[in-house]
Amino acid sequence: MKVTELEKRLLAAARADRPSDRVPYAFEKRVMAHIAALPTVDAWALWARSLWRAAIPYAVAVVCLAAWLHFSAEPMAPADQITMDFENAILVAVEDSAIVF
Amino acid sequence: MEPTDPELIAAVLRGDQASFEPLVVRYQPRVFATARRYARREEEVEDVVQEVFVKAFQKLGSYRAEAPFEHWLMRIAVRVCFDFLRRHQRNREMRFTDLSDDESEWLDRLGAKGDASPDASAAKQLVGRLLEQLSPDARLVITLLEIEERSVREIAQMTGWSETLVKVRAFRARAQMRKLLGKMQQEKYL
Repeated sequence: MKVTELEKRLLAAARADRPSDRVPYAFEKRVMAHIAALPTVDAWALWARSLWRAAIPYAVAVVCLAAWLHFSAEPMAPADQITMDFENAILVAVEDSAIVF
Repeated sequence: MEPTDPELIAAVLRGDQASFEPLVVRYQPRVFATARRYARREEEVEDVVQEVFVKAFQKLGSYRAEAPFEHWLMRIAVRVCFDFLRRHQRNREMRFTDLSDDESEWLDRLGAKGDASPDASAAKQLVGRLLEQLSPDARLVITLLEIEERSVREIAQMTGWSETLVKVRAFRARAQMRKLLGKMQQEKYL
């Protein structure tokens, strides 16, 4: 006999065999008990836990950054230099327009 | 009057866990019938059904009511059954000598006269054994396409596979099944 014919017959047998939809007694109670026992997910608790976990690495990063800035920063320009720079910046437009006219 | 599915779902989403119970009662026969297609032992069937309802409860917030609740639940059921098949894949090869007398006789009758009844329990046992030999995706696609006679589109929606993938897997599943049958037949008549 051909394999295709055998396959056809077996699939027909499988189609004829409808599985039972019988439900064990009080099965829904078992499901509900299982659901009631599930651990509840508290979003605020998760958020707080994540914050606590992140706190130490962030604190370390902030200290490192502060130290790096403190030791690598160039000395500040003297006050006179700042005043000069400010004046130049303000008057640059006036100087440019004087050249045009 | 009994509350409708959307009313019960809304109540569960508001935090009334007990409103899920009528949904379980309403749909458990259907889920049991589906689970029995993939799991043989009754305790395995019960575990699969329980997992389906627990997943449905956990994911209820993602239910968008675009399709009936039953369709959404059956999609979860099919996916849980597929996971079950993957976890319990049986690699033992079936040999002709493993067949029971009834199964062997049914095959003989089919070969000799071609009048073997598809309702025979031997045929059902034989097809059960054969399906167990298939890979999980082959078994799922053969069950949905050939036994439950669902369309490719329906299967794609239920499994989350593309329609092309369903067709490819169906083609491979049929080839796998014919190979197994050919081997069994060869062994029988050698």
